[in-house]
Amino acid sequence: MGLYSEEIRNITDKSSKQLFEFAVADENNAEKIGYSNYSYWRSTWKSFLKNKVAVSLLILVIAIVLFVLIQPYLPNQKSPTEIYLDPETGYQARNVPPNEEFWFGTNSIGQDLWSRIWAGTRTSLFIGVVVAIVEAIIGITIGALWGYSRKLEAPLTHAYNVIENIPTTIVLILMSLILRPSITTIIVAMCITGWVEMARFIRNQIVILRDREYNLASRTLGTPSYRIILKNLLPYLISIIMLRMSLAVPYAIGAEVFLTYIGLGLPVSEPSLGNLINEGRVLMMSPDLRYQLLFPSIVLSVITISFYIIGNSFADAADPKNHV
Amino acid sequence: MLGYIVKRLLQSVVTLFVIITVVFFLLRLLPEEGYLGAAADKMTPEQQEVYLTNLGLRDPILVQLGNFYLDLLRGDLGKSITYRTDVPVIDIIADKIVYSFAFGVAAVALSIIVGVPLGIFMAQFKGRWLDRLGTGYIVFIVAVPSMVYYLLIQVYITDFLNLPMLFNEDKPITWVLPLISLSLGPIASYAMWMRRYMVDELNKDYIKLARAKGVKERTIMFRHVMRNAFIPLAQYLPATILLTITGSIYIESLYSIPGMGGLLVDAIQRQDNPVVQALVLLFSSLGIIGLFLGDVAMALVDPRIKFGKGESVR
Repeated sequence: MGLYSEEIRNITDKSSKQLFEFAVADENNAEKIGYSNYSYWRSTWKSFLKNKVAVSLLILVIAIVLFVLIQPYLPNQKSPTEIYLDPETGYQARNVPPNEEFWFGTNSIGQDLWSRIWAGTRTSLFIGVVVAIVEAIIGITIGALWGYSRKLEAPLTHAYNVIENIPTTIVLILMSLILRPSITTIIVAMCITGWVEMARFIRNQIVILRDREYNLASRTLGTPSYRIILKNLLPYLISIIMLRMSLAVPYAIGAEVFLTYIGLGLPVSEPSLGNLINEGRVLMMSPDLRYQLLFPSIVLSVITISFYIIGNSFADAADPKNHV
Repeated sequence: MLGYIVKRLLQSVVTLFVIITVVFFLLRLLPEEGYLGAAADKMTPEQQEVYLTNLGLRDPILVQLGNFYLDLLRGDLGKSITYRTDVPVIDIIADKIVYSFAFGVAAVALSIIVGVPLGIFMAQFKGRWLDRLGTGYIVFIVAVPSMVYYLLIQVYITDFLNLPMLFNEDKPITWVLPLISLSLGPIASYAMWMRRYMVDELNKDYIKLARAKGVKERTIMFRHVMRNAFIPLAQYLPATILLTITGSIYIESLYSIPGMGGLLVDAIQRQDNPVVQALVLLFSSLGIIGLFLGDVAMALVDPRIKFGKGESVR
């Protein structure tokens, strides 16, 4: 009994005169549309920040990049290519172990390893970033055409089946054999092989997306193809593009090490991580000199692993399915 | 089924033909000193010209191409110039191929034996320490250029275990480290893919049904999940072969194993064009054969693949 009476009392409490009046139609209110303050990049950034490891590695990479850029202008820095002489004997200061003057020691002809490592990191990062950008541009263009245009699909697929069959290492070797070793030729050689993967990923995604209803609607409304590709398709692929680009950097750095090892890399006068590791390798038989192999190896591993992890977690974060 | 294999085989043959031709033209762009060898300095320009003409390098390029194919069909790959002067390239390679083949096959076998179970365990204990450890290993191996860890293994592990640093045919203990190094990459990729497919498969509805029916977890794992996860894995066999080829270039020269990978590095450094040409052709053919076998294996294990319908892109 008590239950019923309470409910009734509630209703009388809530009811008021207002409820029994006619509502007034408001033109302005009727025109208002729903608005959500969802922003793609902000959500991406937010979910990226949740991954603590990736964030700390990102900070580390940014710090390394900044340091590498300003290092030559810091006080007390030595030149990476100058050969230093031992003041007492007047000979080259060869294989000096790390000390106060040469923080990472010197190499076998008396160059300062500390500045060589940072100069090498600069070269290698430069190669990596340029390769990643060029690969992305070529790969996205060809991948988009390949996936979107039905006329180009068959010839490009045939071409892909041939290209994919050639081991990339072999192409890399051939191109560097033919072009003379320099930073440009290394970048060219890597880009020749590198865009294929990107193009294939883009193509596969576009094939999936191109016939969805919203694109059909867009086409019937007369949207030009380039606009459909740029506005309707590519934004879906940001996650995959970022992933491929960030993986291209460690790949390019590794390819440079490989080319240097087989004798097709940069000249010794141009320090790069590949050069440094190769110099360290020559000396690894004597345990005292292994620091020359170890230091560049550590820097190289830190950079490549960071790019790999950052790329993967950014790709996760950029996927709208993972947004709240 | 047979039709598919024949079609795929034809495609591989066409690809091989295209690649050989492209490689041939590219190699004609190489510096010509690579054909002269050590004698180059002693020759006058006229003598060099005569020498190159005798080698057939002054013929029209299409005639050269024709001769090249004829020689190839006869199994004649030219003579080495600087590596071992005037020894037929085919003999040099024949000596080396045994080592590379043995190491390659052993490495592929080892990586399947270790990598696949690793992936299975990682999927089974997803999110636990084994999975984390395995993921750390995979990230390291995939991200860091292989040269770095090959070198560190050679330097520090030989030191630590007191092993000889270089390969010695008579001491089997020196075979172990090159083999393990060569397998590290493929192990990581097998484990990574196996884990991914297992996890994908475990999330499917039929597994839920099987659990709801009360099928034992073991039976689910081995009967359902693993069988389905194996299928896409067949596709990675060729990738493993390619990885092993690339790896062998490092490993063989690092441990001075008298194989083809080491030979390639040597020949490039000594500018021995005929040897480089032969090895490039050999490696690309291996790559093509690997991909062909991978596709056939894929078709054999997966009854769902439709044959002969359009072009497929992996």
